[in-house]
Amino acid sequence: MKQKKSMRTVFLNGIFNENPTFRLLLGMCPTLAVSTAVFQGLGMGLATTFVLVFSNFVIALLRNVIPDKVRIPAFIVVIATFVTIVDLMLKAFIPSLSQSLGIFIPLIVVNCIIFARAEAFASKNTVLMSITDGLGMGLGFTISITLLSACRELLGNGTLLDIQVMPETFQPMAIALRPPGGFIMLGILLLVINAAGKAIAKRKAIKAKEAEL
Amino acid sequence: MLKKLTVSAAPHLHNHAATTQHIMLDVVIALLPTAVAAVWFFGGSALKLIIVAVISAVAAEYIWQKITHKPVTVSDLSAVVTGLLLAFNLPANAPWWLAAVGSFLAIILIKQMFGGLGQNFMNPALASRAILMLSWTGLMAANILPHAGLWVAPAAVDAVSVATPLAHGATGFTLWQLFSGNIPGMLGETCKITLLLGGAYLLIRRVIDWRIPLAFIGTVAIAYFIKTGTLYSVESGAQNVLYQLLSGGLIIGAVFMATDYVTSPITGWGKIIMGVGCGLFLFIIREYSSYPEGCSFAILFMNVLTPLIDRFTGSKPFGYEKPVKPAKEAKA
Repeated sequence: MKQKKSMRTVFLNGIFNENPTFRLLLGMCPTLAVSTAVFQGLGMGLATTFVLVFSNFVIALLRNVIPDKVRIPAFIVVIATFVTIVDLMLKAFIPSLSQSLGIFIPLIVVNCIIFARAEAFASKNTVLMSITDGLGMGLGFTISITLLSACRELLGNGTLLDIQVMPETFQPMAIALRPPGGFIMLGILLLVINAAGKAIAKRKAIKAKEAEL
Repeated sequence: MLKKLTVSAAPHLHNHAATTQHIMLDVVIALLPTAVAAVWFFGGSALKLIIVAVISAVAAEYIWQKITHKPVTVSDLSAVVTGLLLAFNLPANAPWWLAAVGSFLAIILIKQMFGGLGQNFMNPALASRAILMLSWTGLMAANILPHAGLWVAPAAVDAVSVATPLAHGATGFTLWQLFSGNIPGMLGETCKITLLLGGAYLLIRRVIDWRIPLAFIGTVAIAYFIKTGTLYSVESGAQNVLYQLLSGGLIIGAVFMATDYVTSPITGWGKIIMGVGCGLFLFIIREYSSYPEGCSFAILFMNVLTPLIDRFTGSKPFGYEKPVKPAKEAKA
């Protein structure tokens, strides 16, 4: 029997330990493709979170009904349903965002974060836990993609959320907005975050040792 | 006591001249005439860019190695070479911060993050130049006419960006202008006399191998001869072999960039493949893409292919025989 996890650890797991972007390196296509502006990154993150929470919810509900052999098509049907809802909602209420995200909203269907959570978590855990996991993972993704977009928008355009941040003399570094810039910035962010994570773990280990003594 | 001794397997060859520092010093010496030529043609702004680029390259290496607690290898002069080459890849009118940013990108992003000297998969100066080109296209294209012997560019020259000899619709330049460097262009690519001088010095000192430069330049020459059919004539404008050979970054690329030890094949045939590949890609980019010049991209592309080339051109050990597959036993 597996140890029971608390809701809090499941929620925080998605944001820190198993952050989908910085730790699991899942969902790289939308991360790299739409992270050219904070508004887009935030919109993509929240749309994915919505789909993730509801698909986890429904798949956890149906987890004992779905036959193992056809689980992948079943997951796709569930996920696609919610992606269609998000797509239509965005078209109706935030057309500008819908336009700038374009094909990447329908492509949430094949986003591997959502698949991974459906397969690895929602199909094996209770409904409430699955919703918490979806929320944690979704927010983890939102935070990471927003962070990456903020770096890229700041360097490539000198703005944040379309508000001029850098001084007027700043010459924007156009490559940050292009695909190679996306890869480079993602790499640098991974480095910084992993280095910071290691430093924190080290400090914790030292503290634990001191506590033992 | 033991720590002071270097213990290694035979053969115990000792060669003072084969240290990184000596080789890099030779490269710096070979690059100096070109630096002088750049200052002669483009004045004080060239000197400023060269100094800024070299200082920031060395500083970047020092800072990174201090932060990551690695042994500081600034004294091997490789950062100086990278800084010099980067400055040679900037137009005279580039702002000083472009040189500094470029040096930091070259050393930290492309060299140190991949493990330092010997581990970088691309030529640092060239990759950094590619990033600068994609980022600040306008600033990198701000070529001005040379103003030989004048420290400060005359206002009429300083304000006007002009087309390099390779740009579409450029006004004609004579062969002597192209050869002596009296043309608009990046700081280090214009003066072919000093570049060839430096190349000859490196060849005599056996720092570089003749295969890559020769194969590179030769391939470009043959490709252009096939395309244009003329060695040189005034009427053909840019459409002849000699004009193309003496324009753009071909010479500096072939002599100083493509021959970088870390990012070029080590085998003889591999070097030839590298040179031919560079030449072909340069020809293709110059002729069939929207870029007027493609020397840096050609070399970067072959840099990435280097491990593959090395793998397929590796030498066979003496007496090696292909393992024979055991014959299938006849069905009983």
